[in-house]
Amino acid sequence: MMKLLKAPTWNPYVAGALVGVLAVLSVLVTTLTIDKPKYLGASTTFVRGAGLLEQVVVPERVAQNEYFQSKKVKVDWQMLFVFGIFAGALVSARLGGTVKRETVPPIWKERFGDNQALRAVGAFIGGAILMFGARLAGGCPSGHGLSGNMQLSVSSLLALVFFMVGAIVTARILYGKGGK
Amino acid sequence: MELFLGLITGFAFGFLLQKSQVLRFEKQVGFMLLKDMTIIKFMASAVLVGMVGIYACHSAGWIALSLKATHLGAIILGGLIFGIGWAMAGYCPGTSVGALAEGRLHALWAIVGMLLGAAVYAEVYPSLKSTVLSWGNFGKITLPGVLGVSPWPIIAVFIVAGIAFLRWTEKKGP
Repeated sequence: MMKLLKAPTWNPYVAGALVGVLAVLSVLVTTLTIDKPKYLGASTTFVRGAGLLEQVVVPERVAQNEYFQSKKVKVDWQMLFVFGIFAGALVSARLGGTVKRETVPPIWKERFGDNQALRAVGAFIGGAILMFGARLAGGCPSGHGLSGNMQLSVSSLLALVFFMVGAIVTARILYGKGGK
Repeated sequence: MELFLGLITGFAFGFLLQKSQVLRFEKQVGFMLLKDMTIIKFMASAVLVGMVGIYACHSAGWIALSLKATHLGAIILGGLIFGIGWAMAGYCPGTSVGALAEGRLHALWAIVGMLLGAAVYAEVYPSLKSTVLSWGNFGKITLPGVLGVSPWPIIAVFIVAGIAFLRWTEKKGP
């Protein structure tokens, strides 16, 4: 068992199938215990996180904002889920010995050089754009891509197609054909 | 209880994301450049297994579905915008926090950007609501609902097509 946990990588089919089981278990257990089905998702947490941070500076602005009020700015199941992702990835990387300090990823470096500030700006702008898109589309690759598609939701099937179209076209323009 | 369940579910999810390497910039952008299918193998396996489980529990009356409305305009536009940012950042919201945990420090900038993106969205939401979000709203619909059939034949088609596609990518290379 320990040997398995210490393995640096797992087969993506196995890990993916386990995520499928995890997703179903989550819905079952939360339905039974808290009477609310919790499907995996991550992007709404960034709305609540932004709301919590904004509240420190301009509380009345958050209180009057229709979107923040509709999503309820609070610490909830999904926010802890997102913290859990950090903790789980940390433990997995430590056990597997795959922690690696990286400030500029290889594909980026090949195209734009190893300037850390440039990569930081790219990641920041990309993060802002993708979250705006995710909120407009109503979810991200977790909420739409995994949870929505498991439910055969039309919105999620469409969202995943357009996520990929946008990403494939942009990546081709940004990184070229990716070298090797 | 709710918070505890969130934490342990997230822990397991983060563990699996890290072990399968899907939270790496190289894997995400590698897929976008059609050079590395790891994230597709992972997502397809999760969705196919989850589909069977969710509909089995739903048919038994144990769970309720939780669907997002199909606003055609917002899904298409939001989906494309998401894709642009996803290619730049190299992370999606769920994987960014896990990538930071395994030492990819630049993921932190993506996370900060995501918080800003969410705040900006909240600011402009009222004007989106009366425009993009109202274009082509079909409500909360599922594929079996639209086609007027049981979910099982659709699930069977997805499984067969999914396996065929994955076998094809395995033969083709990475």
